[in-house]
Amino acid sequence: MSSLKKITQKRLFLPIFSMILVMLINVIYDMACGNAPLTFFTVTIKNGVLYGRLIDIFNRGTEAAILAIGMTLVVSSSAGTDISVGSVMSLYGGMCCMLLAGYGNTNVSNYAVPLIIGIGAGLLTACVCGLFNGFLVAYMNIQPMVATLILWSAGRAIGLLLCNSQIVYVRVPSFQKIGGYVGFIPTPILIAAACILVASLVLKFTALGTYIQSVGINKKASRIAGFNSAKIILLCYVICGLCAGLAGMVATSRIYSADTNNIGLNMELDAILAVALGGNSLGGGKFNLAGSLIGAYTIQAIDTTLLALGVSTAQSPVFKAIVVILIVVIQSEPAKDFFKKLGKKKEMAKGAAQA
Amino acid sequence: MKKTKINSNSLLLLITVVLFVVMYAGGCIIYSSKGFTHLQTFLNILINNAGLICVASGMTCVMLTGGIDISVGSLVAMDCMILAVGIEQWGWSSPVLMVLILVIGVVFGLVQGFCIAYLDIQPFIVTMAGMFFARGMTAVICRNQVSIVSDKIFTTLAGLKIELPFGGYMNKKGILQVPYLRITVIVALIVVILVYLMLKYTKFGRSIYAIGGNQQSATLMGLNVKKTKLKAYVLSSFLTSIGGICYCLNTMAGTTQQATGLEMNAISSSVIGGTLLTGGVGNVFGSLVGVLINGTISSLVKTNGKLISSWSNIITAILLCFFIILQSVFAKIKDSKK
Repeated sequence: MSSLKKITQKRLFLPIFSMILVMLINVIYDMACGNAPLTFFTVTIKNGVLYGRLIDIFNRGTEAAILAIGMTLVVSSSAGTDISVGSVMSLYGGMCCMLLAGYGNTNVSNYAVPLIIGIGAGLLTACVCGLFNGFLVAYMNIQPMVATLILWSAGRAIGLLLCNSQIVYVRVPSFQKIGGYVGFIPTPILIAAACILVASLVLKFTALGTYIQSVGINKKASRIAGFNSAKIILLCYVICGLCAGLAGMVATSRIYSADTNNIGLNMELDAILAVALGGNSLGGGKFNLAGSLIGAYTIQAIDTTLLALGVSTAQSPVFKAIVVILIVVIQSEPAKDFFKKLGKKKEMAKGAAQA
Repeated sequence: MKKTKINSNSLLLLITVVLFVVMYAGGCIIYSSKGFTHLQTFLNILINNAGLICVASGMTCVMLTGGIDISVGSLVAMDCMILAVGIEQWGWSSPVLMVLILVIGVVFGLVQGFCIAYLDIQPFIVTMAGMFFARGMTAVICRNQVSIVSDKIFTTLAGLKIELPFGGYMNKKGILQVPYLRITVIVALIVVILVYLMLKYTKFGRSIYAIGGNQQSATLMGLNVKKTKLKAYVLSSFLTSIGGICYCLNTMAGTTQQATGLEMNAISSSVIGGTLLTGGVGNVFGSLVGVLINGTISSLVKTNGKLISSWSNIITAILLCFFIILQSVFAKIKDSKK
């Protein structure tokens, strides 16, 4: 009994538990369909590239994982979420493809400017978006979600403007490479791995993580203790913007076009869900990056499973929304109190029975 | 000597009204040849935004408590889809469906309000989940575009023209053009007036202001904060449902991508109309002016003809940004005075 309690109270319990749950559903589904029970886990090499459902989940989950890194920091430092990430992804696509194709062209097979300038400008735009959000939140004291609401609406609109309301195709192999394969490994997996590596190294070898947590736990106390709270929050938002840009880079290259209306659509929900599923409180403070990342891949696993079960991408938000609500309800203080009282009542009943 | 002081709150509203007048007058001067000066242009802004006016009224009530409701756009889409599919595929009559939609709105608001008021979850998270839930449900109900053609009551309501006895003019062919309103506008204006009266004279309305002003002192005064918050979210979803019906009367169709960004328009209308994001200050008539400003922007973009429609989104966002920063600056000045 006590060991069970210990396990359930571990911080990584929720994400790992939900991941195992999703895998189990997949195994059961495979068995029901008459496939081998472990089809879900098999990885083979087909046509010279890695193939398998796990690979697919890691590949497609790249955007959510990268976004989750930035979102975790933002949630931790400012107790609010950045809902503009999806729009910033789309803005990156608009900026990058507009530069690479030249304004007004919709279908090119040659770069107008070198690839590095397109990507650099896109990432820079994303960082500027983060800077704008961070400035509003940290220095103007506006609630994070209202501040990011501005770019949530305007980001996509500006992206549309850059692309002249059209889908811009960049049919160049080196551009498609980012969303394609390096050797036999999908490039997005490598990009996600690199991002995760950099983020964890920075958090491990610098005091940034501690700073962010202390600002999130008590902004005023941290300022009195000598941290520049506003600057740290600003930095978190810029990192989140950069992450959104990187996610946009992967999403854009995958379809080698700037489909501004659809890139990053509903991604903000995935990112926030990943953070919540990772066992992080949406009220700020302590965070756990590993949890968020497991959460992000779990969500992708849910998505893939839902698709396999015949639920379209337009319908899946229903399930995700229910999961989000359930998680935040369980996390909320009144619910916790309720469960505690329930536990006490049980113990009291036990005690009464024994007496 | 007594000086009449303009406090920062009414100053915000004043800026809004001046902005609207300047914008509309500018439009009249620049596009006078394209018919911007006719009364009907103004009435069209009202007709096109009747749904938004209802939604923004509800949004104002929620924002007065210091919360926010971003589920409204998706809820409108879901309402339209239920109406369209209900009429065309289930064969229900429209009055039944309208009642159903209003009931759904109340239930939707109850769930959201319960999570926010009694479980202390951030309004933004709850309503965002509500937003995705409603948008997903729209796709669950039907994934195609459904147009409403067969229901007599609904089509008559939508086609009803209420002609005004003044402001007519001869067009180029010499036919008298009489300016008209749709029934949706009447509904929207009634909603605005009722909400205004409710906020001003009922106990519930005053409690909303009190809670938004200072939740702690409202609790100490003996107000039931949780219940009032719950009621505010129910009211918002209910008014959104009315708005959804108005919206559907305008578009006569249900699609999954309908009313995207409507929540943004509703929020910006309220903020531009002088409702403080922190709650406690605001006025539903201000929100009406906010909606008119939004409508004028999109009308100007459309009249220009050369601009891409996303410009109206961008300009609205810039205006919203401007007013949010203005609010924050005013709040800082107030703090420093203390």
